[in-house]
Amino acid sequence: MEELERLAAAGADAFVLGEARYGMRLSGDFDLPLLAEAVRYAKPRGIRIYAAVNNLIDNETVPLLSDYVKELDAAGVEAIVFGDPAVLMAVRQHAPKLELHWNTEMTATNYATANYWGRKGASRFVLARELNLEQVIEMKQHTELEVQVQVHGMTNIYHSKRNLVNSYMDYRSSAGVSGEQQTLRVDKESGLYLIEVERQDERFPIYEDRNGTHIMSSDDLCMLEGLDELMAAGIDSFKVEGLLKSIEYNETVVRSYRQAIDQYMADPAGYRFDEQLLDDIRAVQDQERELSFGFFYKEQVY
Amino acid sequence: METLTEIKYRGKRYRLDRPELLAPAGSLEKLKFAVHYGADAVYIGGQHYGLRSNADNFSLEEMKEGVKFAEQYGAKVFVATNIYAHNEDLAGLEAYLKGLEEAGISAIIAADPIIVDTALRVAPKLEVHLSTQQSTLNWQAVQFWKDEGLPRVVLARETSLEEIAEIKNHVDIEIEAFIHGAMCSSFSGRCVLSNHFTDRDSNRGGCCQSCRWKYDLFVDQDMVNTEEEQKFTMGSKDLCMIEHLPELIEAGVDSFKIEGRMKSVHYVATVVNAYRQAIDAYFADPDQYELKPEWLEEINKSANRPLNTGFFFQTPGAGEHIYEPEEKAAPYDFAGVVLDYDAASGIALVQQRNHFKPGQEVEFFGPGGTFFKQIVGEITDEAGQSLDAARHPMQPIRMKVNHPVKPMDMMRKKIRA
Repeated sequence: MEELERLAAAGADAFVLGEARYGMRLSGDFDLPLLAEAVRYAKPRGIRIYAAVNNLIDNETVPLLSDYVKELDAAGVEAIVFGDPAVLMAVRQHAPKLELHWNTEMTATNYATANYWGRKGASRFVLARELNLEQVIEMKQHTELEVQVQVHGMTNIYHSKRNLVNSYMDYRSSAGVSGEQQTLRVDKESGLYLIEVERQDERFPIYEDRNGTHIMSSDDLCMLEGLDELMAAGIDSFKVEGLLKSIEYNETVVRSYRQAIDQYMADPAGYRFDEQLLDDIRAVQDQERELSFGFFYKEQVY
Repeated sequence: METLTEIKYRGKRYRLDRPELLAPAGSLEKLKFAVHYGADAVYIGGQHYGLRSNADNFSLEEMKEGVKFAEQYGAKVFVATNIYAHNEDLAGLEAYLKGLEEAGISAIIAADPIIVDTALRVAPKLEVHLSTQQSTLNWQAVQFWKDEGLPRVVLARETSLEEIAEIKNHVDIEIEAFIHGAMCSSFSGRCVLSNHFTDRDSNRGGCCQSCRWKYDLFVDQDMVNTEEEQKFTMGSKDLCMIEHLPELIEAGVDSFKIEGRMKSVHYVATVVNAYRQAIDAYFADPDQYELKPEWLEEINKSANRPLNTGFFFQTPGAGEHIYEPEEKAAPYDFAGVVLDYDAASGIALVQQRNHFKPGQEVEFFGPGGTFFKQIVGEITDEAGQSLDAARHPMQPIRMKVNHPVKPMDMMRKKIRA
């Protein structure tokens, strides 16, 4: 809640909130009462709250969805972020007035599929990060839906249901290598990361939660410099991923993007990128993590 | 030990309908062997929209030939169109799907909803099966896809037997499950390691198996493992459910799927043969069914990695991952295929598939359990010229065999110890 207030003050005008029971890879945990509090704070300030219900849903969770989406509706959230069709069905049936944002992360790769979910009731979709700028622009040109693009922060690159760090630690003690029985924190505050043998300068954060094991990118996406291209293309929502970052870091990032957006909107034709905004981010950036353009200016093969 | 969980779905649910045995076929030859060895259906890749961009994928002409061959055995051919499409992949999709329909393909296996939707619209004779890449874990999502018009869903590999039974209880739909072969350790489709490491798009067939690479684990600045010990990896053991067929059948799995479009013809034939015999034995007499040790032995002869039961009974732990250097699990190599047999002389014509020579121990096997070992005696080429070894790939070789064999029976040799 503190982070929400500080980031709102820094210029964020929408937040995705939720709890790990229903939402995937969230930077904080908002149960229903806290979520309602967030909405009470946000509404008068013109800030929108979206609820993350984007987990891969199992049988056990299905019967809970109807009540949960009703309660989210009652709490006053503007939209529900979903990936699993089970959530879409629950919202359409039990909270039909709520907006639906389709977000499956790496599998949202073309406009025709986005439009398919649009026909099923989605009003917005969130693009995969493994797309280049031309593809992103083309997506926007071929859809009536709102388009959300991640512009900053780390991205998830691997999600397993397995508890891989714990399994490895169990293997080490069973193999007798570790000497003493080692217990290791594996949650998202644990500071764990992987280094691949051939790539010594890249650190890939790894953590476990109730949804399994998550491995994150070694670089932080930063599209501040190219933001005008995305704005010119009419992208509707820019997402800053706050996962595994301090409040101070996220505050700085939000402030820079807010200013860049406002500068562009004030005068699109005369807009010039302000290097100082990027320097502000560089000043708080972890030196071990590269600020990169992600896949925006890359070609991939297969 | 029978746990409470198991009792819940094992309510002596007898089934009269036999589950389908679905095998991979990376090429026309593999298709023929898969069907001949007992697959009820095979899945192949076409030139586009499939996730194995390195496999010898089928042209439409080859598909037609494959369908024709399969029909003689009453078997069906499915095509994997399981990529997540990018904008530029959309042009040509309709024509491609219509082409599959015309070629006599029975079903496509699709993950991307736009491929699903397009197929339903433009190729109504093609069944659409939802791919495991959609990570479907719950009955409500299965109901959604059924309402869309899909007769079959391939569940996420993370679904347990109990969850499968629950899904079957809620929705009247065919459920296909992987029962054998290599596994993504991530939710399939939820991994872009290849994109990040090598700029190869894993969800369009560019997977470079980074989950099997070696990693050091750190906390803050300290390495958790030492340089001397085995490193961290996400690599999973391979799936093998041959010992648990009754549980799969009773949970209601309709199609048993074997992974491996990139595997050899010997692998496909061996694995299909074992599961075919096991399924048939179960249905011949469910109450008296017992696993025959030779089925498991056969499976082990083809195995590339250590085996495990995935998520069917519990979430995999330390024992289900591969941390140590892999020993080659299969001490056998594919050596030849029988082309012809002369009963009067007991001489077989064998097409060479790997080096073999007189004095070596070989095994012959064929569909339905034909199996014997022998020592290779004199071998000759087709002209009758005696040879000291079968060196030339695909060369037809004549040799005496100790028992009758049939065309498409296979010969394997023990690898030198």
